[in-house]
Amino acid sequence: MGKTIIPIGPYHPLLEEPELFTLTVDGETVVDIDMRMGYNHRGIEKLSEGLVFDNSTFVVERICGICSTSHPWAFTRAVEDIFPMEVSMRAKYIRTIIAEGERIHSHLLWLGLAGHFLGYNTVYMWAWKLREEILDVMEILSGNRNSYAMFKPGGVRRDIKAEDIPICLKKIDSIVPTLIMIKKAVLDDPVLHARLKGVGVLSYQDAIDFSALGPTSRASGVARDVRKDSPYGAYQEMDWNMIVTQNGDVLDKAVVRILEMIEAINIMKYCLENLPDGEIDACIKDVPPGEGIGHIEAPRGETFHYVKSDGTNRPVRHKVRAPTFMNLPTYKATVIGQTISDATIILAAIDPCYCCTERVAVKNDGGKMLYNGQDLVRLSQEKTERMRRRMGVK
Amino acid sequence: MSLKLKALLKSPWVFHLSTGSCNNCDIEILDCLTPRFDIERFGMLLTGSIKHADVLLVTGSCNRMSVERLKGLYEQVPKPCLIVAIGTCTGSRGLFIDSYNCPVPLDKIIPVDVYIPGCPPKPEAMIAGIVKLIQKVGGS
Repeated sequence: MGKTIIPIGPYHPLLEEPELFTLTVDGETVVDIDMRMGYNHRGIEKLSEGLVFDNSTFVVERICGICSTSHPWAFTRAVEDIFPMEVSMRAKYIRTIIAEGERIHSHLLWLGLAGHFLGYNTVYMWAWKLREEILDVMEILSGNRNSYAMFKPGGVRRDIKAEDIPICLKKIDSIVPTLIMIKKAVLDDPVLHARLKGVGVLSYQDAIDFSALGPTSRASGVARDVRKDSPYGAYQEMDWNMIVTQNGDVLDKAVVRILEMIEAINIMKYCLENLPDGEIDACIKDVPPGEGIGHIEAPRGETFHYVKSDGTNRPVRHKVRAPTFMNLPTYKATVIGQTISDATIILAAIDPCYCCTERVAVKNDGGKMLYNGQDLVRLSQEKTERMRRRMGVK
Repeated sequence: MSLKLKALLKSPWVFHLSTGSCNNCDIEILDCLTPRFDIERFGMLLTGSIKHADVLLVTGSCNRMSVERLKGLYEQVPKPCLIVAIGTCTGSRGLFIDSYNCPVPLDKIIPVDVYIPGCPPKPEAMIAGIVKLIQKVGGS
Protein backbone atom coordinates (compact mmCIF):
# COMPACT_ATOMS: atom_id res chain seq x y z
CA MET A 1 0.00 0.00 0.00
CA GLY A 2 1.36 3.39 -0.96
CA LYS A 3 2.00 6.21 1.43
CA THR A 4 -0.40 9.14 1.67
CA ILE A 5 0.44 12.69 2.65
CA ILE A 6 -2.04 14.55 4.85
CA PRO A 7 -1.49 18.28 5.31
CA ILE A 8 -2.72 19.87 8.55
CA GLY A 9 -2.83 23.62 8.17
CA PRO A 10 -1.78 26.32 7.71
CA TYR A 11 -5.38 27.36 8.39
CA HIS A 12 -7.01 24.44 10.10
CA PRO A 13 -9.72 24.29 12.78
CA LEU A 14 -7.34 22.31 14.98
CA LEU A 15 -4.80 25.11 15.09
CA GLU A 16 -5.51 28.49 16.55
CA GLU A 17 -2.46 29.80 14.82
CA PRO A 18 -1.30 29.23 11.26
CA GLU A 19 1.21 26.41 11.00
CA LEU A 20 1.72 23.61 8.49
CA PHE A 21 2.22 19.99 9.50
CA THR A 22 2.59 17.34 6.83
CA LEU A 23 1.81 13.84 8.03
CA THR A 24 2.97 10.94 5.88
CA VAL A 25 0.70 8.02 6.66
CA ASP A 26 0.71 4.37 5.71
CA GLY A 27 -2.89 3.31 6.13
CA GLU A 28 -3.80 4.59 9.59
CA THR A 29 -0.26 4.81 10.93
CA VAL A 30 1.85 7.94 10.85
CA VAL A 31 5.27 7.12 9.42
CA ASP A 32 6.80 10.57 9.03
CA ILE A 33 6.05 14.20 9.76
CA ASP A 34 7.33 17.52 8.56
CA MET A 35 6.71 20.99 9.99
CA ARG A 36 6.73 24.29 8.20
CA MET A 37 6.80 27.46 10.24
CA GLY A 38 7.02 31.17 9.60
CA TYR A 39 3.36 32.12 9.30
CA ASN A 40 3.63 34.07 12.52
CA HIS A 41 6.99 35.72 12.15
CA ARG A 42 6.79 39.44 12.91
CA GLY A 43 10.40 40.44 13.52
CA ILE A 44 10.06 40.96 17.27
CA GLU A 45 13.79 40.82 18.01
CA LYS A 46 14.54 43.50 15.44
CA LEU A 47 11.67 45.67 16.67
CA SER A 48 12.95 45.35 20.22
CA GLU A 49 16.39 46.56 19.16
CA GLY A 50 14.78 49.77 17.90
CA LEU A 51 13.05 50.56 21.19
CA VAL A 52 14.28 51.83 24.56
CA PHE A 53 14.54 49.27 27.38
CA ASP A 54 11.31 50.40 29.02
CA ASN A 55 9.31 50.02 25.81
CA SER A 56 10.81 46.68 24.81
CA THR A 57 8.79 45.01 27.56
CA PHE A 58 5.63 45.88 25.62
CA VAL A 59 6.97 44.32 22.44
CA VAL A 60 8.09 41.11 24.14
CA GLU A 61 4.68 40.93 25.78
CA ARG A 62 3.20 40.70 22.30
CA ILE A 63 5.36 37.73 21.36
CA CYS A 64 2.56 35.61 22.71
CA GLY A 65 -0.75 36.47 24.30
CA ILE A 66 -0.81 33.45 26.60
CA CYS A 67 2.79 33.85 27.78
CA SER A 68 2.42 37.59 28.24
CA THR A 69 4.08 37.42 31.66
CA SER A 70 6.87 34.99 30.92
CA HIS A 71 8.54 36.95 28.14
CA PRO A 72 8.58 40.35 29.91
CA TRP A 73 9.83 38.72 33.09
CA ALA A 74 12.63 36.90 31.28
CA PHE A 75 13.50 40.15 29.47
CA THR A 76 13.55 42.24 32.65
CA ARG A 77 15.68 39.59 34.35
CA ALA A 78 18.09 39.77 31.42
CA VAL A 79 18.33 43.56 31.72
CA GLU A 80 18.74 43.32 35.50
CA ASP A 81 21.52 40.77 34.93
CA ILE A 82 23.63 43.27 32.96
CA PHE A 83 24.63 45.19 36.09
CA PRO A 84 24.35 44.39 39.79
CA MET A 85 21.04 45.58 41.13
CA GLU A 86 18.43 44.43 43.60
CA VAL A 87 14.71 44.23 42.95
CA SER A 88 12.61 44.91 46.03
CA MET A 89 10.87 41.99 47.73
CA ARG A 90 7.42 43.48 47.13
CA ALA A 91 8.08 43.70 43.40
CA LYS A 92 9.26 40.07 43.41
CA TYR A 93 6.07 38.96 45.16
CA ILE A 94 3.86 40.90 42.72
CA ARG A 95 5.74 39.37 39.79
CA THR A 96 5.25 35.89 41.25
CA ILE A 97 1.52 36.48 41.74
CA ILE A 98 1.06 37.56 38.12
CA ALA A 99 3.19 34.69 36.79
CA GLU A 100 1.29 32.05 38.76
CA GLY A 101 -2.05 33.54 37.69
CA GLU A 102 -0.87 33.18 34.13
CA ARG A 103 0.17 29.59 34.75
CA ILE A 104 -3.31 28.74 36.04
CA HIS A 105 -5.11 30.35 33.10
CA SER A 106 -2.70 28.87 30.56
CA HIS A 107 -3.09 25.34 31.94
CA LEU A 108 -6.87 25.71 32.09
CA LEU A 109 -6.82 26.91 28.49
CA TRP A 110 -4.75 23.86 27.55
CA LEU A 111 -7.04 21.50 29.46
CA GLY A 112 -10.07 22.93 27.67
CA LEU A 113 -8.49 22.70 24.23
CA ALA A 114 -7.26 19.16 24.91
CA GLY A 115 -10.81 18.17 25.81
CA HIS A 116 -12.02 19.85 22.62
CA PHE A 117 -9.54 17.92 20.48
CA LEU A 118 -10.71 14.67 22.05
CA GLY A 119 -14.30 15.53 21.23
CA TYR A 120 -14.99 15.95 24.96
CA ASN A 121 -16.49 19.42 24.77
CA THR A 122 -17.81 19.33 28.34
CA VAL A 123 -14.25 19.64 29.63
CA TYR A 124 -13.66 22.48 27.17
CA MET A 125 -16.63 24.48 28.43
CA TRP A 126 -15.97 23.77 32.12
CA ALA A 127 -12.31 24.64 31.95
CA TRP A 128 -12.91 27.86 30.07
CA LYS A 129 -15.73 28.89 32.39
CA LEU A 130 -13.36 28.40 35.32
CA ARG A 131 -10.68 30.32 33.48
CA GLU A 132 -12.90 33.42 33.42
CA GLU A 133 -12.68 33.61 37.23
CA ILE A 134 -8.89 33.72 37.16
CA LEU A 135 -9.00 36.29 34.34
CA ASP A 136 -11.21 38.40 36.62
CA VAL A 137 -8.53 38.23 39.31
CA MET A 138 -5.92 39.30 36.76
CA GLU A 139 -8.15 42.15 35.63
CA ILE A 140 -8.49 43.36 39.23
CA LEU A 141 -4.73 43.16 39.77
CA SER A 142 -3.45 44.53 36.46
CA GLY A 143 -6.35 46.16 34.62
CA ASN A 144 -6.38 43.83 31.62
CA ARG A 145 -7.46 40.28 30.98
CA ASN A 146 -4.48 39.08 28.99
CA SER A 147 -1.63 41.51 28.37
CA TYR A 148 -0.82 42.71 31.85
CA ALA A 149 1.93 45.30 31.23
CA MET A 150 3.07 44.84 34.85
CA PHE A 151 6.76 44.44 34.22
CA LYS A 152 9.56 46.95 33.80
CA PRO A 153 13.29 46.60 34.32
CA GLY A 154 13.85 47.20 38.01
CA GLY A 155 10.41 46.40 39.33
CA VAL A 156 6.75 46.44 38.43
CA ARG A 157 4.57 49.15 36.97
CA ARG A 158 1.55 48.88 39.24
CA ASP A 159 1.12 48.19 42.91
CA ILE A 160 -1.47 45.83 44.34
CA LYS A 161 -3.96 47.73 46.49
CA ALA A 162 -4.57 46.34 49.97
CA GLU A 163 -8.34 46.47 49.48
CA ASP A 164 -8.15 44.28 46.34
CA ILE A 165 -6.41 41.39 48.11
CA PRO A 166 -9.47 39.98 49.99
CA ILE A 167 -11.56 40.10 46.78
CA CYS A 168 -8.85 38.23 44.87
CA LEU A 169 -8.41 35.64 47.62
CA LYS A 170 -12.15 35.02 47.69
CA LYS A 171 -12.26 34.55 43.93
CA ILE A 172 -9.25 32.21 43.98
CA ASP A 173 -10.81 30.17 46.79
CA SER A 174 -14.04 29.92 44.81
CA ILE A 175 -12.34 28.10 41.92
CA VAL A 176 -10.66 25.45 44.07
CA PRO A 177 -13.72 23.14 44.51
CA THR A 178 -14.45 23.20 40.78
CA LEU A 179 -10.80 22.57 39.98
CA ILE A 180 -10.74 19.56 42.29
CA MET A 181 -13.93 18.32 40.68
CA ILE A 182 -12.35 18.65 37.22
CA LYS A 183 -9.23 16.91 38.51
CA LYS A 184 -11.32 13.96 39.69
CA ALA A 185 -13.44 13.99 36.53
CA VAL A 186 -10.36 13.86 34.30
CA LEU A 187 -8.16 11.55 36.34
CA ASP A 188 -10.81 8.98 37.27
CA ASP A 189 -12.61 8.94 33.94
CA PRO A 190 -12.28 5.46 32.38
CA VAL A 191 -12.97 6.89 28.91
CA LEU A 192 -10.09 9.36 29.14
CA HIS A 193 -7.82 6.66 30.55
CA ALA A 194 -8.66 4.39 27.63
CA ARG A 195 -8.10 7.23 25.20
CA LEU A 196 -4.90 8.75 26.58
CA LYS A 197 -2.96 6.11 28.49
CA GLY A 198 0.05 4.89 26.56
CA VAL A 199 -0.59 7.34 23.71
CA GLY A 200 2.30 9.45 22.43
CA VAL A 201 4.89 8.28 24.94
CA LEU A 202 7.97 10.48 25.25
CA SER A 203 10.63 8.33 26.90
CA TYR A 204 13.02 9.67 29.53
CA GLN A 205 15.95 9.39 27.12
CA ASP A 206 14.06 11.20 24.34
CA ALA A 207 13.11 14.00 26.73
CA ILE A 208 16.81 14.41 27.57
CA ASP A 209 17.94 14.13 23.93
CA PHE A 210 15.44 16.66 22.60
CA SER A 211 16.00 18.93 25.64
CA ALA A 212 12.29 18.98 26.35
CA LEU A 213 11.19 21.62 28.83
CA GLY A 214 8.41 22.30 31.27
CA PRO A 215 5.48 19.92 31.76
CA THR A 216 6.51 17.97 28.64
CA SER A 217 9.77 16.91 30.31
CA ARG A 218 8.35 16.60 33.82
CA ALA A 219 5.76 14.11 32.56
CA SER A 220 8.64 11.93 31.33
CA GLY A 221 10.37 11.87 34.70
CA VAL A 222 12.91 14.64 34.01
CA ALA A 223 12.76 16.85 37.09
CA ARG A 224 13.54 20.13 35.40
CA ASP A 225 12.03 23.38 36.66
CA VAL A 226 13.75 26.76 36.68
CA ARG A 227 11.74 27.75 39.74
CA LYS A 228 13.52 25.01 41.74
CA ASP A 229 16.83 24.75 39.87
CA SER A 230 17.71 28.43 39.83
CA PRO A 231 15.19 30.19 42.11
CA TYR A 232 14.03 33.66 41.20
CA GLY A 233 11.15 35.89 42.24
CA ALA A 234 9.57 34.75 45.49
CA TYR A 235 9.66 31.02 44.79
CA GLN A 236 12.21 30.16 47.47
CA GLU A 237 10.07 31.87 50.11
CA MET A 238 7.46 29.14 50.37
CA ASP A 239 7.18 25.37 50.13
CA TRP A 240 5.76 23.93 46.98
CA ASN A 241 6.16 20.69 45.09
CA MET A 242 7.55 20.10 41.65
CA ILE A 243 5.14 17.71 39.94
CA VAL A 244 7.00 14.89 38.20
CA THR A 245 5.41 11.78 36.69
CA GLN A 246 7.12 8.87 35.00
CA ASN A 247 5.11 7.55 32.05
CA GLY A 248 5.50 10.36 29.50
CA ASP A 249 2.16 9.71 27.78
CA VAL A 250 -0.57 12.25 27.11
CA LEU A 251 -2.44 11.38 30.31
CA ASP A 252 0.64 12.11 32.40
CA LYS A 253 1.11 15.46 30.70
CA ALA A 254 -2.47 16.29 31.64
CA VAL A 255 -1.87 15.11 35.22
CA VAL A 256 1.24 17.27 35.55
CA ARG A 257 -0.63 20.35 34.36
CA ILE A 258 -3.68 19.79 36.55
CA LEU A 259 -1.61 19.23 39.69
CA GLU A 260 0.58 22.22 38.82
CA MET A 261 -2.52 24.40 38.78
CA ILE A 262 -3.27 23.44 42.37
CA GLU A 263 0.34 24.22 43.36
CA ALA A 264 0.08 27.55 41.53
CA ILE A 265 -3.07 28.44 43.46
CA ASN A 266 -1.24 27.76 46.74
CA ILE A 267 1.76 29.88 45.67
CA MET A 268 -0.52 32.71 44.55
CA LYS A 269 -2.48 32.63 47.82
CA TYR A 270 0.69 32.59 49.91
CA CYS A 271 2.08 35.59 48.03
CA LEU A 272 -1.16 37.57 48.33
CA GLU A 273 -1.44 36.84 52.05
CA ASN A 274 2.21 37.59 52.84
CA LEU A 275 2.81 40.55 50.52
CA PRO A 276 5.69 42.53 52.09
CA ASP A 277 5.78 46.32 52.22
CA GLY A 278 8.26 48.40 50.32
CA GLU A 279 9.03 50.09 47.05
CA ILE A 280 7.90 48.44 43.84
CA ASP A 281 10.37 50.05 41.45
CA ALA A 282 14.14 50.50 41.63
CA CYS A 283 14.00 53.33 39.04
CA ILE A 284 16.79 52.33 36.67
CA LYS A 285 18.23 55.40 34.98
CA ASP A 286 21.02 54.02 32.79
CA VAL A 287 21.91 50.57 31.59
CA PRO A 288 25.70 50.19 31.37
CA PRO A 289 27.39 48.20 28.57
CA GLY A 290 27.31 44.47 29.04
CA GLU A 291 25.44 41.25 28.43
CA GLY A 292 22.69 39.66 30.44
CA ILE A 293 20.63 36.52 30.38
CA GLY A 294 17.26 35.90 31.94
CA HIS A 295 15.39 32.65 32.18
CA ILE A 296 12.15 31.83 33.91
CA GLU A 297 9.72 28.93 34.01
CA ALA A 298 6.82 29.78 31.73
CA PRO A 299 3.70 27.58 31.73
CA ARG A 300 5.22 25.67 28.80
CA GLY A 301 8.80 25.48 30.02
CA GLU A 302 11.90 27.58 30.26
CA THR A 303 11.78 30.94 28.47
CA PHE A 304 15.21 32.34 27.77
CA HIS A 305 16.18 35.92 26.83
CA TYR A 306 19.60 37.34 26.02
CA VAL A 307 20.18 41.10 25.95
CA LYS A 308 23.34 42.93 24.96
CA SER A 309 23.71 46.60 25.81
CA ASP A 310 26.32 49.08 24.58
CA GLY A 311 25.55 51.75 27.15
CA THR A 312 22.87 53.54 25.12
CA ASN A 313 19.19 53.35 25.99
CA ARG A 314 18.45 50.55 23.50
CA PRO A 315 19.51 46.91 23.38
CA VAL A 316 21.96 46.18 20.54
CA ARG A 317 21.01 42.53 20.49
CA HIS A 318 17.97 40.82 21.91
CA LYS A 319 17.56 37.08 21.50
CA VAL A 320 14.47 35.13 22.51
CA ARG A 321 14.14 31.39 22.90
CA ALA A 322 10.69 30.13 23.72
CA PRO A 323 9.93 26.71 25.26
CA THR A 324 7.96 25.44 22.26
CA PHE A 325 11.13 25.73 20.17
CA MET A 326 12.54 22.84 22.19
CA ASN A 327 9.28 20.97 22.74
CA LEU A 328 7.98 20.91 19.17
CA PRO A 329 10.70 18.53 17.83
CA THR A 330 9.61 15.95 20.44
CA TYR A 331 6.45 15.61 18.34
CA LYS A 332 8.54 13.65 15.87
CA ALA A 333 9.60 11.22 18.59
CA THR A 334 6.09 10.75 19.96
CA VAL A 335 3.82 10.67 16.92
CA ILE A 336 5.57 8.19 14.64
CA GLY A 337 3.89 4.81 14.86
CA GLN A 338 0.67 6.24 16.26
CA THR A 339 -2.63 6.52 14.37
CA ILE A 340 -3.90 9.67 12.63
CA SER A 341 -6.72 10.04 15.14
CA ASP A 342 -4.17 10.34 17.95
CA ALA A 343 -1.88 12.70 16.05
CA THR A 344 -3.93 15.76 17.05
CA ILE A 345 -3.95 15.12 20.79
CA ILE A 346 -0.25 14.17 20.78
CA LEU A 347 0.49 17.51 19.14
CA ALA A 348 -1.76 19.33 21.60
CA ALA A 349 -0.12 17.54 24.54
CA ILE A 350 3.09 19.57 24.28
CA ASP A 351 0.94 22.74 24.48
CA PRO A 352 2.49 24.21 21.35
CA CYS A 353 2.64 27.98 21.06
CA TYR A 354 3.80 28.86 17.58
CA CYS A 355 3.90 32.63 17.86
CA CYS A 356 6.43 32.22 20.70
CA THR A 357 8.57 30.05 18.48
CA GLU A 358 8.57 32.18 15.34
CA ARG A 359 11.92 33.81 15.41
CA VAL A 360 13.79 34.45 12.19
CA ALA A 361 12.79 31.87 9.60
CA VAL A 362 15.74 30.71 7.58
CA LYS A 363 14.99 27.48 5.86
CA ASN A 364 18.01 25.47 4.88
CA ASP A 365 16.75 23.70 1.79
CA GLY A 366 19.61 21.61 0.44
CA GLY A 367 22.19 24.29 1.05
CA LYS A 368 20.06 27.11 -0.35
CA MET A 369 18.79 29.65 2.17
CA LEU A 370 15.27 30.95 1.72
CA TYR A 371 16.46 34.45 2.56
CA ASN A 372 19.85 35.19 1.10
CA GLY A 373 21.89 38.34 1.47
CA GLN A 374 20.18 40.06 -1.48
CA ASP A 375 16.77 39.43 0.03
CA LEU A 376 17.83 41.02 3.29
CA VAL A 377 19.17 44.07 1.43
CA ARG A 378 15.90 44.30 -0.49
CA LEU A 379 13.88 44.07 2.76
CA SER A 380 15.98 46.79 4.28
CA GLN A 381 15.59 49.06 1.25
CA GLU A 382 11.86 48.55 1.16
CA LYS A 383 11.60 49.45 4.80
CA THR A 384 13.63 52.62 4.35
CA GLU A 385 11.38 53.56 1.42
CA ARG A 386 8.28 53.00 3.51
CA MET A 387 9.59 55.06 6.41
CA ARG A 388 10.50 57.86 4.02
CA ARG A 389 6.99 57.85 2.59
CA ARG A 390 5.45 57.89 6.03
CA MET A 391 7.53 60.82 7.18
CA GLY A 392 7.07 62.69 3.90
CA VAL A 393 10.79 62.72 3.04
CA LYS A 394 11.76 62.47 -0.63
CA MET B 1 -31.45 44.38 1.14
CA SER B 2 -30.91 41.28 -0.91
CA LEU B 3 -32.34 37.98 0.22
CA LYS B 4 -28.85 36.51 0.45
CA LEU B 5 -27.69 39.20 2.84
CA LYS B 6 -30.85 38.95 4.93
CA ALA B 7 -30.38 35.20 5.31
CA LEU B 8 -26.73 35.72 6.21
CA LEU B 9 -27.50 38.06 9.10
CA LYS B 10 -29.96 35.67 10.72
CA SER B 11 -27.30 33.29 11.97
CA PRO B 12 -23.81 34.36 10.94
CA TRP B 13 -21.26 31.56 11.01
CA VAL B 14 -17.79 32.83 11.69
CA PHE B 15 -14.41 31.62 10.48
CA HIS B 16 -11.34 32.61 12.40
CA LEU B 17 -8.25 33.59 10.45
CA SER B 18 -4.99 34.46 12.15
CA THR B 19 -2.51 36.33 9.97
CA GLY B 20 0.42 36.37 12.37
CA SER B 21 -1.19 37.50 15.58
CA CYS B 22 0.07 37.03 19.13
CA ASN B 23 -2.70 34.59 20.11
CA ASN B 24 -4.37 37.12 22.35
CA CYS B 25 -7.24 38.07 20.05
CA ASP B 26 -7.59 34.40 19.06
CA ILE B 27 -8.15 33.21 22.60
CA GLU B 28 -10.53 36.08 23.23
CA ILE B 29 -12.55 34.94 20.18
CA LEU B 30 -12.71 31.47 21.69
CA ASP B 31 -13.72 33.09 24.99
CA CYS B 32 -16.77 34.54 23.22
CA LEU B 33 -17.93 30.98 22.53
CA THR B 34 -17.56 29.69 26.08
CA PRO B 35 -20.20 29.82 28.81
CA ARG B 36 -19.73 33.32 30.21
CA PHE B 37 -20.24 35.16 26.92
CA ASP B 38 -21.75 32.36 24.83
CA ILE B 39 -22.42 33.99 21.46
CA GLU B 40 -23.82 30.71 20.20
CA ARG B 41 -27.16 31.70 21.70
CA PHE B 42 -27.35 34.38 18.98
CA GLY B 43 -26.79 31.77 16.29
CA MET B 44 -23.10 32.58 15.82
CA LEU B 45 -21.03 29.47 15.42
CA LEU B 46 -17.32 28.98 14.83
CA THR B 47 -17.01 26.91 11.70
CA GLY B 48 -14.06 24.81 10.69
CA SER B 49 -14.43 25.23 6.93
CA ILE B 50 -14.14 28.49 5.08
CA LYS B 51 -16.75 27.24 2.62
CA HIS B 52 -19.38 27.46 5.37
CA ALA B 53 -18.40 30.89 6.63
CA ASP B 54 -20.49 34.07 6.50
CA VAL B 55 -18.19 36.27 8.55
CA LEU B 56 -14.39 36.26 8.55
CA LEU B 57 -12.76 37.24 11.83
CA VAL B 58 -9.26 38.35 10.89
CA THR B 59 -6.61 38.89 13.55
CA GLY B 60 -2.92 39.73 13.34
CA SER B 61 -0.62 42.03 11.47
CA CYS B 62 -0.61 40.33 8.01
CA ASN B 63 2.94 39.12 7.62
CA ARG B 64 4.51 38.21 4.31
CA MET B 65 3.77 34.51 4.45
CA SER B 66 0.16 34.80 5.47
CA VAL B 67 -0.79 37.54 2.97
CA GLU B 68 -0.79 35.04 0.08
CA ARG B 69 -2.89 32.57 2.09
CA LEU B 70 -5.24 35.36 3.15
CA LYS B 71 -5.90 36.29 -0.48
CA GLY B 72 -6.45 32.64 -1.37
CA LEU B 73 -8.87 32.11 1.49
CA TYR B 74 -10.78 35.30 0.69
CA GLU B 75 -11.41 33.96 -2.81
CA GLN B 76 -12.90 30.79 -1.34
CA VAL B 77 -15.48 32.43 0.94
CA PRO B 78 -19.01 32.34 -0.47
CA LYS B 79 -20.03 35.90 -1.28
CA PRO B 80 -21.56 38.05 0.13
CA CYS B 81 -19.38 37.77 3.20
CA LEU B 82 -18.50 40.22 5.95
CA ILE B 83 -14.98 40.89 7.18
CA VAL B 84 -14.33 41.82 10.80
CA ALA B 85 -10.85 43.09 11.67
CA ILE B 86 -10.14 42.23 15.30
CA GLY B 87 -7.41 43.94 17.28
CA THR B 88 -5.18 46.93 16.79
CA CYS B 89 -2.80 44.92 14.57
CA THR B 90 -5.39 44.51 11.82
CA GLY B 91 -6.49 48.13 12.07
CA SER B 92 -3.23 50.03 12.14
CA ARG B 93 -0.61 47.27 12.60
CA GLY B 94 0.00 48.76 16.05
CA LEU B 95 3.45 47.91 17.36
CA PHE B 96 4.36 46.05 14.21
CA ILE B 97 4.14 49.03 11.84
CA ASP B 98 7.94 49.21 11.72
CA SER B 99 8.43 45.47 11.31
CA TYR B 100 10.15 44.27 8.14
CA ASN B 101 7.76 41.35 7.87
CA CYS B 102 4.43 43.20 8.08
CA PRO B 103 4.43 45.31 4.92
CA VAL B 104 0.75 46.03 4.22
CA PRO B 105 -2.24 46.73 6.47
CA LEU B 106 -5.22 44.39 6.18
CA ASP B 107 -7.58 46.85 4.50
CA LYS B 108 -5.18 47.23 1.58
CA ILE B 109 -5.49 43.48 0.93
CA ILE B 110 -9.18 42.72 1.41
CA PRO B 111 -12.18 45.02 2.08
CA VAL B 112 -12.99 45.34 5.79
CA ASP B 113 -16.50 45.97 7.14
CA VAL B 114 -15.86 46.63 10.80
CA TYR B 115 -12.79 47.28 12.96
CA ILE B 116 -12.69 46.27 16.61
CA PRO B 117 -9.70 48.01 18.23
CA GLY B 118 -7.99 46.91 21.42
CA CYS B 119 -4.98 44.85 22.40
CA PRO B 120 -6.73 42.51 22.82
CA PRO B 121 -10.35 43.70 22.54
CA LYS B 122 -12.49 42.31 25.32
CA PRO B 123 -15.14 39.76 24.40
CA GLU B 124 -17.78 42.39 25.21
CA ALA B 125 -16.20 44.70 22.63
CA MET B 126 -16.20 41.95 20.02
CA ILE B 127 -19.88 41.19 20.63
CA ALA B 128 -20.71 44.92 20.46
CA GLY B 129 -18.76 45.16 17.19
CA ILE B 130 -20.65 42.28 15.60
CA VAL B 131 -23.98 43.77 16.75
CA LYS B 132 -23.02 47.10 15.14
CA LEU B 133 -22.06 45.28 11.96
CA ILE B 134 -25.42 43.51 11.82
CA GLN B 135 -27.23 46.81 12.42
CA LYS B 136 -25.18 48.56 9.75
CA VAL B 137 -25.72 45.89 7.11
CA GLY B 138 -29.34 45.21 8.09
CA GLY B 139 -30.15 48.91 8.13
CA SER B 140 -32.03 48.77 11.43
